[in-house]
Amino acid sequence: MDILNAVTANQLVSDIPDFKAGDTVSVDVRVIEGDKERIQRFTGVVIKRRGGGVNETFTVRKISNGVGVERVFPLHSPRIAGITVDRIGRVRRAKLYYLRSLQGKAARIREKRTR
Amino acid sequence: MSGLLGKKIGMTRIFDKDGNMIPVTVIEAGPCYVTQVKTAEKDGYEAVQLGFDEKKEKNTNRPVLGHLKKAGVAPLRFMKEFPVAPGAEMKAGDAVKVDIFTEGEIVKVKGVSKGRGFAGVMKRHNFGGGQTSHGQSDRLRAPGSIGQSSWPSKVLKGTRMAGRLGGDTKSIAGIAVVKVDAENNLLFLKGSVPGSRNSLLEIYKR
Repeated sequence: MDILNAVTANQLVSDIPDFKAGDTVSVDVRVIEGDKERIQRFTGVVIKRRGGGVNETFTVRKISNGVGVERVFPLHSPRIAGITVDRIGRVRRAKLYYLRSLQGKAARIREKRTR
Repeated sequence: MSGLLGKKIGMTRIFDKDGNMIPVTVIEAGPCYVTQVKTAEKDGYEAVQLGFDEKKEKNTNRPVLGHLKKAGVAPLRFMKEFPVAPGAEMKAGDAVKVDIFTEGEIVKVKGVSKGRGFAGVMKRHNFGGGQTSHGQSDRLRAPGSIGQSSWPSKVLKGTRMAGRLGGDTKSIAGIAVVKVDAENNLLFLKGSVPGSRNSLLEIYKR
């Protein structure tokens, strides 16, 4: 394991903000079309974080045109230009799979109050 | 040199310069030492015996120790013969390192697959199993029919059934080299290779 951690250490991205399941984040994704590169923003609720080291991924869920869309991002991918935390949610689970069966008002997440 | 011995470290992922994620197996490959050179005059064929993985002298038996002393190398755990590339001069005691491989090269990897014990037909032969509905019970992972009736009145030889799975020597060809780390003797191959972590692998150039 030590060797695996050592060989992937240089690929880890250090400027990742603190966020966890329940938070609303905006992910800036680099999209390469032909030889042009642009940035596409994907905003939604983080429903899970899994894995460790270079293998860590997180899933963002949003409702797009009435359809639920989930996107899995590798946390340390160079395709991610930046992550901003828009809202910190108060949840009691690490994996928010229950959101998939809820919609509208019921799928809201309370904001965490910071004193 | 036509190949190398190595030890599987494990799997991880690497991002290439375009940001694509590549699954890789990390192998501690070499350094290997030539422990014996076989020649056409003396042995009837050309080959080089490579040794890998140093161990303590007290854990080595006398015949092996004598064999390795003759080559002038430290006690090694594994020894395998490799064919020699024509024209390549190798002599006992020479070190062979990962730098014989280059990025993008296609290699063949030989190893002993993970033993799965006595496995059913779904795991062993990718059978579909039985139906879950239409009044079926206890047939979920069953093999189904194994033959006909009064003729031939027997189960044909070679019929695929449950049994021991894994633990066989498997060769996988067409594996691409993603990265070579000569400093740490590490080889990064795309995708998976046979065997468990820390198992011995033979890596052949094509």
